[in-house]
Amino acid sequence: MSRPRTLYEKLWDAHLIEERADGSSLLLVDRHLINEGTSIEAFASLEARGRAVARPEIHLAVADHAVPTVDRFRPLPPGPRRERIELLQRNCAHFGIEHIPFTSFDQGICHVIAPEQGFILPGLLAVCGDSHTSTLGAFGALGFGIGTTEVEHVLATGTIVQQRSRTLAVEISGTLPRGVTAKDVILTVIGKLGAGGGAGHALEFRGDTIRALPVEARMSICNMAVEAGAKVGMIAPDAQVFRWLQGRRRAPAGALWDRAVAYWRTLVSDPDAEFDRAVTLRAEEIAPQVTWGTSPDQVGPITGVVPGPESFPDTIRAAAARRALDYQQLEPGTPIESIRIDRVFIGSCTNARLSDLRDAADFVRGGRLAPGVEGFVVPGSMQVKAAAEAEGLDAVFRAAGFEWRASGCSMCGGGETAPPGTRVAATSNRNFEHRQGRDVRTHLVSPAMAAAAGIAGHFVDIRKLERAPA
Amino acid sequence: MNEPLRSLTAIAAPLDRDNVDTDLIWPARPGVSLRRGEQASNAFARLRFDEEGAERPDFILNRPPWGEAKILVSGPNFGCGSSRELAVWALHEWGIRCVIAPSFGDIFEANACLNGLLPVRLPEAEVRTLMEIVSDPARALLTVDLETKRVSGDGFEAAFAIDDYRRECLLSGLDAIAATTRREAEIAAFAARYDAAFPWARPHPLRDSSNVPG
Repeated sequence: MSRPRTLYEKLWDAHLIEERADGSSLLLVDRHLINEGTSIEAFASLEARGRAVARPEIHLAVADHAVPTVDRFRPLPPGPRRERIELLQRNCAHFGIEHIPFTSFDQGICHVIAPEQGFILPGLLAVCGDSHTSTLGAFGALGFGIGTTEVEHVLATGTIVQQRSRTLAVEISGTLPRGVTAKDVILTVIGKLGAGGGAGHALEFRGDTIRALPVEARMSICNMAVEAGAKVGMIAPDAQVFRWLQGRRRAPAGALWDRAVAYWRTLVSDPDAEFDRAVTLRAEEIAPQVTWGTSPDQVGPITGVVPGPESFPDTIRAAAARRALDYQQLEPGTPIESIRIDRVFIGSCTNARLSDLRDAADFVRGGRLAPGVEGFVVPGSMQVKAAAEAEGLDAVFRAAGFEWRASGCSMCGGGETAPPGTRVAATSNRNFEHRQGRDVRTHLVSPAMAAAAGIAGHFVDIRKLERAPA
Repeated sequence: MNEPLRSLTAIAAPLDRDNVDTDLIWPARPGVSLRRGEQASNAFARLRFDEEGAERPDFILNRPPWGEAKILVSGPNFGCGSSRELAVWALHEWGIRCVIAPSFGDIFEANACLNGLLPVRLPEAEVRTLMEIVSDPARALLTVDLETKRVSGDGFEAAFAIDDYRRECLLSGLDAIAATTRREAEIAAFAARYDAAFPWARPHPLRDSSNVPG
């Protein structure tokens, strides 16, 4: 019998070409997603050195960061964004890589469209020059973000050099209370681990709470593993995942599908496998979360108040809280529910899939954005947008005063920003200073919490509200 | 290929905050260049410059002697967040060759070692001591030696650990692609075995592509 292994170790071993004495490993890459930002210098360097792309079929390119989410089908105005989008198209044509044009109905945020098309499957090793590639771990794939020098390496060799991470089990058990979502779970985990707490580790989310979550909710969880400092977040694939993927437009079919599923069933941590670390949470104790600071671990329940810096035991965290409150223009002791917002952003690779939009719509239906509040809904892909429109969600949001946009990263690193001083309830993943525009104050929340805040004009505990289902 | 980095004696600047994210190191702004070689002015741009582009005199790296710094001393989780290698390029092009911190963002740390920027991990208490030392203009000079894996300054001496692969990348300015290409035969043999074991893992073209005509 072989040694019991964790899911991470199984995936690592399956792709391990060689392990070297210097601590590095050479791994085979199954899939590589390419965007228009982090690939520019990689392609330029390949071309300058006269290198070819080793296995063109493993790469898939799509512009998501620089694409406008309004006027999608009008010619792009001249400028750097258009140059980046056109350069991606040109580089892909030059190197023989498949490229999804930004005007395609298959376009979307890469971490949304890769699973949607069945480009990502359990057991695969997938990389992308984007830190939220951890999202793909929701399918039991080994997905992680890489830098541009590594992007060039993947293009040139179809492989990547990495160091094996330690493993961290995040065990969550129990039933989530009504109104508490995957976003609240991951924000709670980040608050518990700290923004750097998972550094050097691959996170595996486990337990009956996780197993009960739908596939798209699992993506929100793995997506933000990187906000706890971990490159990798993963969940063992199960029958729910197989059902979700079957029939997708790039997924294997017939005998190949059956063979794949037989292998995928083995992709679980062995019962006796040892993790380097473990943390446990009870689902019943998780409340809807709102970040109050400028780091994703500066977070607390909707029922709480903005903490005072002196409430943090160590001086570094206290100083960080002081700086965050100064930037966010918040006073200690302020009830979270009383914080008024100017804008709602429902979008990003964290929370812009169909289930997220349905969830948000349940707290919008029949209402109107509060006076002075703007709202933007940016679907994660054009397919999500079409599916949402087919069930009338666009009408729900529009009737409430939201703008209904085309797909892209938008207000999450996509260059669409808010005016200085705007306070945003955002379903995205980072509340860093100036991330959504100069002096813009970001509060990270679930789609339902963002929607409800837009209608009320301030954060509200959605557990006290009634859903308005379709 | 990067310039090799063996030993460095330079001014160190204290940047006393935790979770210095790559948005802070390299802030995205309308029209900003994404090209390598054009990044020096983007490093910490929002901390260094005001809205009109004038230097902020209160920012430590705008003040002598730290304006000459090639070493940063900072808090835990330096370089967290986005994978943007621009953050590493900007620091390097601006003149920074080493960051000393208790911990780093994983992707940033990997990017740094591939680009001639040395990440040195020291225990939090030692970083705190070092932060106090280099905050004194008269004591801001540090030596970081990658060959002996030691940091030394005025009344400060510490050893650090770095894995051999990353150390070699920095010492030699290793071309990782050339090194991998030398293993072409092993890679091909592995890929053939992998494909035989996992034929379903081959990428498939998109069925029923729905591109907008024209």
